[in-house]
This record gives sequence, structure tokens and C-alpha cells, in this order.
Amino acid sequence: MNPVNYLYLAALLFSIGATGVLIRRNAIVLFMCVELMLNACNLALVAFSRMHGNLDGQIIAFFTMVVAAAEVVVGLAIIVSLFRSRHSASVDDASLMKL
Amino acid sequence: MTALAAYTTSSGEAFQFWVLGTIAVLGALGTVFMKKTVHSALCLAGTMIILAVFYLANGAYFLGIVQIVVYTGAIMMLFLFVVMLVGVTAADSLKETIKGQRWMAALCGLGFAVLLVGGIGNASLSEATGLAQANAGGNVEGLASLIFTKYVFAFEITGALLITAAVGAMVLTHRERTERARTQRELAEQRVREGKHLPPLPAPGVYARHNAVDIAGLLPDGTPSELTVMQTLRDRGQIRDVSDEALDDLRALEQRSEERLGRDEAGFPRSAATAAGAGESGKTEGPK
Amino acid sequence: MENLIALLVAAPLLGAAVLLCGGRRLDRVGHVIGTALAFASFGIAVGLFVDMLGRSTEDRSLHQHLFSWIPVGGFQADIAFQLDQLSMTFVLLITGVGSLIHVYSMGYMEHDERRRRFFAYLNLFLAAMLILVIADNYLLLYVGWEGVGLASYLLIGFWQHKPSAATAAKKAFLVNRVGDIGLSIAIMLMFTTFGTFAFGGVLEATGETGEGKLTAIGLMLLLAACGKSAQVPLQSWLGDAMEGPTPVSALIHAATMVTAGVYLIVRSGTIFNAAPDAQLAVVIVGAVTLLFGAIVGCAKDDIKKALAGSTMSQIGYMIMAAGLGPIGYAFAIMHLVTHGFFKAGLFLGAGSVMHGMNDEVDMRKYGGLRKYMPVTFVTFGLGYLAIIGFPGLSGFWSKDKIIEAAFAYDDGIRGWIFGGVALLGAGITAFYMTRVMIMTFFGEKRWQPDAAGNEPHPHESPKSMTIPMIVLAFGSVFAGGLFSLNEAFVKWLEPVTEFHHPHPVISVPAITASTVVVLLLGAGLAYLQYGRRPVPVTPPKGSLLTRAARRDLLQDDFNHVVLVRGGEHLTRSLVYVDHSLVDGVVNGTAAGFGGLSGRLRRLQNGFARSYAVSMFGGTAILIAATLLMRAV
Repeated sequence: MNPVNYLYLAALLFSIGATGVLIRRNAIVLFMCVELMLNACNLALVAFSRMHGNLDGQIIAFFTMVVAAAEVVVGLAIIVSLFRSRHSASVDDASLMKL
Repeated sequence: MTALAAYTTSSGEAFQFWVLGTIAVLGALGTVFMKKTVHSALCLAGTMIILAVFYLANGAYFLGIVQIVVYTGAIMMLFLFVVMLVGVTAADSLKETIKGQRWMAALCGLGFAVLLVGGIGNASLSEATGLAQANAGGNVEGLASLIFTKYVFAFEITGALLITAAVGAMVLTHRERTERARTQRELAEQRVREGKHLPPLPAPGVYARHNAVDIAGLLPDGTPSELTVMQTLRDRGQIRDVSDEALDDLRALEQRSEERLGRDEAGFPRSAATAAGAGESGKTEGPK
Repeated sequence: MENLIALLVAAPLLGAAVLLCGGRRLDRVGHVIGTALAFASFGIAVGLFVDMLGRSTEDRSLHQHLFSWIPVGGFQADIAFQLDQLSMTFVLLITGVGSLIHVYSMGYMEHDERRRRFFAYLNLFLAAMLILVIADNYLLLYVGWEGVGLASYLLIGFWQHKPSAATAAKKAFLVNRVGDIGLSIAIMLMFTTFGTFAFGGVLEATGETGEGKLTAIGLMLLLAACGKSAQVPLQSWLGDAMEGPTPVSALIHAATMVTAGVYLIVRSGTIFNAAPDAQLAVVIVGAVTLLFGAIVGCAKDDIKKALAGSTMSQIGYMIMAAGLGPIGYAFAIMHLVTHGFFKAGLFLGAGSVMHGMNDEVDMRKYGGLRKYMPVTFVTFGLGYLAIIGFPGLSGFWSKDKIIEAAFAYDDGIRGWIFGGVALLGAGITAFYMTRVMIMTFFGEKRWQPDAAGNEPHPHESPKSMTIPMIVLAFGSVFAGGLFSLNEAFVKWLEPVTEFHHPHPVISVPAITASTVVVLLLGAGLAYLQYGRRPVPVTPPKGSLLTRAARRDLLQDDFNHVVLVRGGEHLTRSLVYVDHSLVDGVVNGTAAGFGGLSGRLRRLQNGFARSYAVSMFGGTAILIAATLLMRAV
């Protein structure tokens, strides 16, 4: 088997995640789809690392995880405060672009 | 383990890829299409664990462990925590409200996937070097030497980013208390002053067949009282309304007892005056 | 003496201000104040004149710089006066005739309750007219030009309770504006061409300027002169202007204001000398108007309108003479002065007749008045003889010279044409003036009681009215001869206007003889028609030409059809174009953008997921483009 298959898998997961972002309304699910996309990227990076024979790809994946963690923390905080004021986690409810 | 990350892949890895890869895709699809948030989260967790296995298979041992510990362990638990906060039973309706959104999303996602796959297929990536040499001194050591030399500034900056994110989350969710919390005594005095609900709030599920916290207690006239359900459930809209069931049951009960007693209008001829009075009183009482 | 020049203007201006601001308290003495200040101005003028006579010829141009009016960079407008021989002549005519007419008005307006206001306007007119003639630059001249226009408007419409007077005032004002546009454009052209509009600067610089620009300036000045002097094609207002009180007709619409156009052309003589085309246009306008006015004068039964036609015709003579260049300038001014005397006298006579006839103006209802108003008859008769150019009287001296100069236009056919027109005009003048004379003072009395049963009792007018008439009659008789004595007037003006002796195509005695013959012919014809036969009280139908002439040779109809209707059609079509084309484009653009935004607005629905689709789709397109570029 060729390691390129990992890249195909990553592309597939990324597309599924992106589609999920577009069709789900629940902010939490939306966030999970974003996480899925990030993970797909990480998989691609790890596969690249293996193909090129150096660890830089893994380092970038590592940083991506850190950034994802930070993003999740802030994003979930936003969801919580949104829920507090609107009693709903639907992103469509915030269509006036303000709390 | 080192041999696993060599240039050629073993047939075992191929088997593992096809089996786990299929599951990962199914998990991803589940994340997107599950109605309940909790199920989505669990599907995502599954996909992530599979990805962790793939990391390990690709020679990224450190990342594989971190993926399981940090991602699946910490971040997904954070997700579940928020899901619980928002309402674990709340299910999304999957009906699309924005016109054309679903078609556009499907078209874009499919097109994007085709483009990516086509791009990857076009790129000449048939040869892989393998990580045998890079991982020679140990994967963690290799990563460490890169992080603390070549990527040290990026590392420091991500640290700053994490701290900022933590502070930001606190700022967003924390609400400063601007006045002293009222004591039990003060609350009781206030209730007396307002003259409403002197006793404690009524318990939920009273006068109902179900005895549960999410079922509003019925008032003597059969209407549900929202006061009996706790604030959080009210906010989530998770009150189960059983008032209609109770009324229907009551009506059916009355019907049956009337039949049994044989008290229909035709069977009991009375004088006009009393019949009219009884009829009216019967009518007013009837619906109860 | 220079410092006295401003006082010329100041006196009547003060009178106007005092009388207008003074209110009803001055009602009883207003006319005395106004007349006294007019005489004061006349006295100063005489003093300046005597002083000027005492100077040598080169020294006679006086300047007074009062103050800087609009100093803006290269644009320097000053309030400054220039009094040379030309201006002096006008100043004497204006203040002299003006003062006499003030005196006359004291009698004429005696019973008018708005007399004070009338004298205020007369003084205002005097001040404006004096500014016009003694200004040392075209911009200040323009101030006077507009000032006399304003005074003329106020005085024509003085009896504004009569709708005809109010309309006539508006008409005069509007037609004059057309001419004023010519003057303002001429001044602008002067400023852009010469960088100045002072007489000295402009007239000196004409030598170095191209003929085309000078012709343009000249034609614009001619347009201005046409408006103010009632020349074809802007002549239509003068006949209606007779709605004003008669002293006004005499002063403004016969003797002074309407001659401002002649002054303007003579003053700008240097420009016209260098622009022969403009000069030819001036001559043509003058020739056409002198015939036009004369024909109109023949057909009018309203005594003042007949005189108005005559005024138009006589000013046509002056304009024509002014267009002839250095051979004609002096004669134009000379005729202007003598005309000022006899036409003012004729109008005052007409006013006197009307005064005695209950303000009746129709000559067909006069007749045989010589017995009732002998003084008026004699003064009017002298004025009549003067205007028709009876040998020896003022008109003869000035008009004969103009006819000579017209024959001297060039050696060819033009000289014959212009000379012939001038000669013909003299004959028609004799005809219509004889007609007026006979219909008014000779024959049987034709007046009848009016609807209310008041029969007019013709009587001689009071002294305040007859004395000015007598003085003007003296002027009508002797002024021309005095001026021609040893060519005194021509020599007096020569330093300002230059003078070349005309060399007519036929000999001077022959012209004089033919003039006399033509004049006798015209007068005889009129006698045959009106003196031998009784004059019908209701006008006969008359020939086509007569009927046209009664309607002022259809000038109002022409203006209505061509200008008013044409203007209406033009505006309507412009409105249509504006509505359909301009508005269509503008509204169409707006509607297009509105519709487009209405559709684009739907994209801005606030749903983050919609935006995400756009972003995602955009990314997909970018990747597709990149791959495509790499593949190609």
C-alpha cells in the first residue's frame, strides 16, 4: 500500500467536515466538524512527514493541535455565553450578528 | 515499531488502513449526520482514536499519544461537558431553513473532495522516504530537538496563544457579581413582601401520572404550572406537557361513568324547569 | 473744478434718497425739493461748462477718481468720472431738459397724490443718467445703464393701477434686459481682451486687437444700444412705454434715456472705426429703424404713440449717423441735442393738450385746438417745424447733415441706398408730423361728451407747464443754427469723436434742395389727406400696410410667434427630453442599482453558514483555478 492513501483519507475527512460545517445549525456540532477538518489536516501532515522523511510535518501537526485546543476553549466559551443570552445553540439564531 | 514506519508498508498496515479508514469515514459521516449532539460527539471521538492509530502507524508516536490524551481525552470531554450544559437530550431538527443551503453545501463539499483527490492524484508522490532515519534517536527526542531549536519562537508564541485563550474563555463566561449574594433570610423576607408564593415552590410531577422533574405539576383545574419545573429545564424548553393527556383521560373517565350509570338525557324525563336548571349546571360542570 | 463732477450726480441722488426715505411728511414740499436739486445739478453743469470753455482744447477732459470700487487682483473697478466735451454736452442736455421737465411736472402732476414719489423717481433717473454719461469706465456706465432702466421701469408703471401701464413697464424692463445682456457680454469681452474696461485703456488698446474680437464687441454694444434706444429688433417696448406720465415720455423716452445707445456707440467710436462690419450693422439697424418708426408713426391715432414712432425714427437717424464713423459722430450728437429740444417740446405739448382734454389721447377726437390753447399751439408748431427739418430751424441743420453723411457712406451703391433711405425718412417724417399737427390743432372740433356726460373744456395749461414749453421751443428754433454757426458744435466735439468732412456722392446743395422738396411733398400729401377732407372720428379700415402699422408693423405678433411660442416649444421639448432621456437615464441607473442591490441583499442574510458556503465555494474555485493553471 502506498502512504498516499492517507492523503486521500485526509481529503475525504476534510470534505466531510467542511460539508458538516455548512449544513449543521447546532454550534457545538459545527465546532466538532471544524475539529474533524483540523484532524484531517493533521493526518495529512503526518503522512507528509513520513513521505519526506523528516519531523517538520509532525511539528506543524503538533502546533495545529495547540491552536485547535485554544480555539475550542474560546469557541466553547462563546457558545456558552450565546446560550446564556439566547437559550439556544443554533448559529442561525445569531443572524443579526450580535448578541 | 521502527520497521512499521519504513519506506515500504506492510500488508498488515494496508489491512489496518482499509478497515480503520472505513470506520473513520463512517465516524465522520456520523458526526455530521447524527441528530443528537451527544452521538455526534461520540462518533467524532471514535474517528479521532482511529486517527491516533494512524499517527502511530505513520511513525508519529508522540502525536499519536497526544491525540488520544489531549484530543480524545480532554477536548472531546470539554465538548461533552458543554453538551450537557446546553441539554443532552435536545435533538436538532435536520430540516434546512436556509433556501438552497443544503444543495450548495453538498455541491461545494463534493466538488472540493473531487478537486483535492484529483490534486493529490496529480502530484507525483509515489515514493516515500520513511521515517527510519529521522526517528533513529527516538521520535520524542527528535521532536524536542526541533521544537527547542528551529521552532522555538513558534512554540513560545503558541504558549502565549494558549494563555490568551484561557483568559479569553474566562472573560467570556465569567460574570462578575456586582452585589452581595442575598441570604436565605433576605429571600424569605422578599417573598413575604411580594405576597406571592409564600411557601416553597410546588414540586414537579404532582397530580400527574409521571413523577419526573421535567413534567410540570398540574393545578387543580388541570392546567400545568411552569413554576414546578426547574429554571434550567424551562430555558432548554424540555418541559414535557402532559396536561392534555390528563384532560383526555378525565373526559374518557367521565364518559365511561356516565354510560355505566345510564344517565343520558333521553332516559330521565323531568319537568321543564328542573330539566333546564340541571342541564345548565351539568353543562357548566361538564368540561371539568 | 474736477471735484464738482461728483456733485452733479450727488444732487439728484440726494433728492431721490430724501424724497423716498422722507415719507409722507415731505408730500407737500417734495416736488419743490426735487426740482431745486435738479436745478442745482444744472447749475453745477453750467459752471463746469463755463470753466471748460475757458480751458484750451487739450485741457478740457476732466477726471475725478472718487474711490476704488472692486479692487480684485487684475480686476480694478473704480468709481471715477470723466467729463469731456461729449459728456459735457449730455450733462447739459440732461440737466437742462430734466430741470425744465421737473418744472413742467409740478403743474402736470399737481393733482396726483403720489407726486412726491414721482419726483423721487425723476431725480433717481437724473442721477443714473448722469452716472451713465460721466462714467470713465464701462462698468460704471453699466451701473448708470441699469439705473436708468430701473427708473424707466418705475416711471412707465407709475400709474400701476392701470393694468396696461403695469404690463408696459414689465415689457420695457424685459426687452431692456435683452439689450443689457449685450452690454454685459461686451464688457466681459473687453475685460478678457484688454484686461480693463476703462474708456482710456480700452480705446487705446483697440489698435493692437484683432478685428474679429472688435467686431464681436461692437455687435454686442449694438445689441445694448438697440435695447436701450428702441431700435429694430428690440423696438417693441417704446410704443407701450407711453403709458407713463407724459413728462416721463418727454424726458426719458424722447430726450435722454433712449439716446443712451447713441452715446454708447459714439463713445466706443474707436472700436467701431476698427470694425467695419459692426459699423455696417449699426448703419443698417439705424436705416431700418428710421423707416420702421416713421411708418408706425403715420398710422397711430394716439398722439403719444405717433410721437413715440417719431422718436424711434429720429433715433434711427442718430444711430445711422453714429454708424457712419467720424463723418457722422458729431452730427449724431448734434441731432441728439436738437431732437432733445424739439421732441421734449412736442411731448410736453402733447401732455398739455391731454391735460386740457381730460387725458384724451386719440387725435381723431381733437381738432381745432389752436383757438383754445394758443401757447401750446405755437410751441408745438415750432417743434413740428423743427422736427420736419424746416429750413432754418434746429432739425434742418442736424438732419440735413446726417442725410449728407449718409450719402457719403461710400462712393458706390451703399451711399445711394443709405442716403435715399434717409431722404425718404425725411419725407415720411414731414407726412406724419403734418398729420399730427392738422389732426390736433386744425379742422373742426371733433370731441364729444364721454360716457359720463363730461364734455372736455379745452383750456390753456398753467404757467408751470407753458414756460418749459416756451423755453424748449426757443431751443427747437435756434439751437441748430447756433451749433452750425461756424461749425461750432463739430469743432467742440472734434477732440473726442474726431471729424472728417463728408464727401457725398451728389453735391451738398442738391441734397439740401431735395430734402426741402421731399419735405414739402410729405407735408403737402398730409395736407391733402387730412387738411382738405374732414377727419373721420372712427378710424377707417385702411390698407393692409396701415393696419399693420397700427399694430406696430406686427412687431408684437412677431415676437409672440417667434420668441414666445418658440420659447415655449423649446422649453416643452427640453422638458420632454429632460423627463424621458435625462431622467430616464438617471432613474434607470438608480432602478438598475436598486434592483441589483435588492438581489445582492439576499446574500447578506446574516446566517454565518451562508457566508461559509461562499467562502468554501470560493476556495474550491481557487483550487480549481490553481490546478487548471498547473495542468496547462
